[in-house]
Amino acid sequence: MKSTPYLLSLPALLLFSAIVVVPLVMTVLLSFHDWGQYKGIEPVFVLKNWREVFTDSYYLEMFGRTFRIAVMVTVLAALFGAPEAYILNRMRSPWRGIFLLVILGPLLISVVARTLGWALLFGGNSGLVNKALISLGLISGPLPFMFTETGMVVALAHVLMPYMVLAVWAALQRLDPQVENAAVALGAGQFTVLRRIVLPQAMPGILSGAVIVFALAASAFATPAIIGGRRLKVASTLAYDEFLNTLNWPLGAAIAVLLLVALVLIAAGTNRLVERRYAQVFG
Amino acid sequence: MAFLELENLNKDFGAHRAVDGLTLAVDKGEFVSLLGPSGCGKTTTLQMIAGFVEPTGGAIRLDGRDLLMVKPARRGLGIVFQSYALFPHMTVAENVAFGLEMQGVARAECDKRVAETLQLVGLGAFADRHPRQLSGGQQQRVALARALVIRPRILLLDEPLSNLDAKLREEMQIELRQIQRTVGTTTILVTHDQAEAMALSDRIVVMNKGRVEQIAAPHEAYERPATPFVANFLGKTNLVNGANVRPERITFAASGLAGTVRTRIFQGNHWLYQVETSHGLVTVIRQNSGEAMPAEGASVHLAWSASP
Repeated sequence: MKSTPYLLSLPALLLFSAIVVVPLVMTVLLSFHDWGQYKGIEPVFVLKNWREVFTDSYYLEMFGRTFRIAVMVTVLAALFGAPEAYILNRMRSPWRGIFLLVILGPLLISVVARTLGWALLFGGNSGLVNKALISLGLISGPLPFMFTETGMVVALAHVLMPYMVLAVWAALQRLDPQVENAAVALGAGQFTVLRRIVLPQAMPGILSGAVIVFALAASAFATPAIIGGRRLKVASTLAYDEFLNTLNWPLGAAIAVLLLVALVLIAAGTNRLVERRYAQVFG
Repeated sequence: MAFLELENLNKDFGAHRAVDGLTLAVDKGEFVSLLGPSGCGKTTTLQMIAGFVEPTGGAIRLDGRDLLMVKPARRGLGIVFQSYALFPHMTVAENVAFGLEMQGVARAECDKRVAETLQLVGLGAFADRHPRQLSGGQQQRVALARALVIRPRILLLDEPLSNLDAKLREEMQIELRQIQRTVGTTTILVTHDQAEAMALSDRIVVMNKGRVEQIAAPHEAYERPATPFVANFLGKTNLVNGANVRPERITFAASGLAGTVRTRIFQGNHWLYQVETSHGLVTVIRQNSGEAMPAEGASVHLAWSASP
């Protein structure tokens, strides 16, 4: 029967709509409701929350910080993750398996535990990271890491690195190992091979890894909450506070929806760019 | 003095000796094939010439100079890989230009040579395509153009035709031969296909288990194989009274070795017979000239003249 596939996927579709679509639609509707200190939430249709989010420079600053941090994390993850994936790809067994486990290991540990680990390393002026940097002679006095964007970027980059490594590794595995030899035989040095042959072919992997890392960094909650705390809020911790501290649910919903829409647009835009740029080349 | 000399070349992988005491002298402009089954050491030999594998012992000299002291990137060799190893993110023209760019050839000169070489391999109209948009045969030509455009001192071909279908392979064999004659580049071909080696080469080096079995012109190796391995590897053969007799040399005659036709297979341009004789099964190949041929079960007599 023609309708059989649809019938078969109906249970999954129902579950999906119940746990994803319905709450999402409710959140969107919530962002148009009114709220007052004493009257609570009023189910009316007003643009008050959206006007506030778009006009108050406070929110602009929050979103600016969120995306600034996400960009820095993405760049950092690419800078370290792509070479990591390349080295991993060139390793022989059993080392490849061992180091893959080392790289993916952090994914098995809760983000909260990992971030608390960074908090311990950063902690105060006598934190381990500062001590190490000072004794290496890289800095003269302790750097502030806790409650700073620097600290957040470092911790998030570490937390999200495995996604970048996996994406680049997948791209590198499709690379013909003879291609590097071919470039060498034509007179290319090691650096030229990396820059002209390997990097362009790894680029789709780096870009798709960047989309994942960017989206996860911009919507991350646990790491900014622990490292940044109340002093340094980002979009997700801001929405959390509006929901649970101010109890202004409609405003929190507006912030959450705006973050979601921005991320979807950025991810979809990048994806289209990647596909248009590389479709004919890598088919 | 020969142009390329391999002297007592060895390569060990752990306890396994992949290439064992290979000595070979190749003249300038010569087309030499390394022929053998997989694992015979032919590809390892090619990679030692290219510089991707370091020999355990022995010497490689090019034009009298030690090639082992030269880095792979400086050897100036053109290599066509089995997988073609084209740069998928570059156009055909960019692929071919890459080697010239690395040599620092000026832009105008580079463009001219790329166009000439693409013309030579019959891909003049495909300069702006990407490799993925080409057929296997076309990709193969790009790989050849990319290797030839740098005017290599030696052209190394690693099973270049093995990924093509039979008909295209034959066409490319003829074309490869013509191109090599035109540019006159000294060429080393690695292949497991004896027909390909015989069709293309001035001389073939038959290898087995890392050792050279015979180095000879194709016709000579076929007619006067030095070892039973060579006789078997270069084509069907019958061992009668300790002598190798090629199936196409045997005729049905009025007298001679008596036998019974066991099987008869029609293959278009020839008939393939298996004849039961007192020396065991003898394979006979007869041209299909349109004449009536003995049927299965028929009693026949086989005759042949000794190899010249």
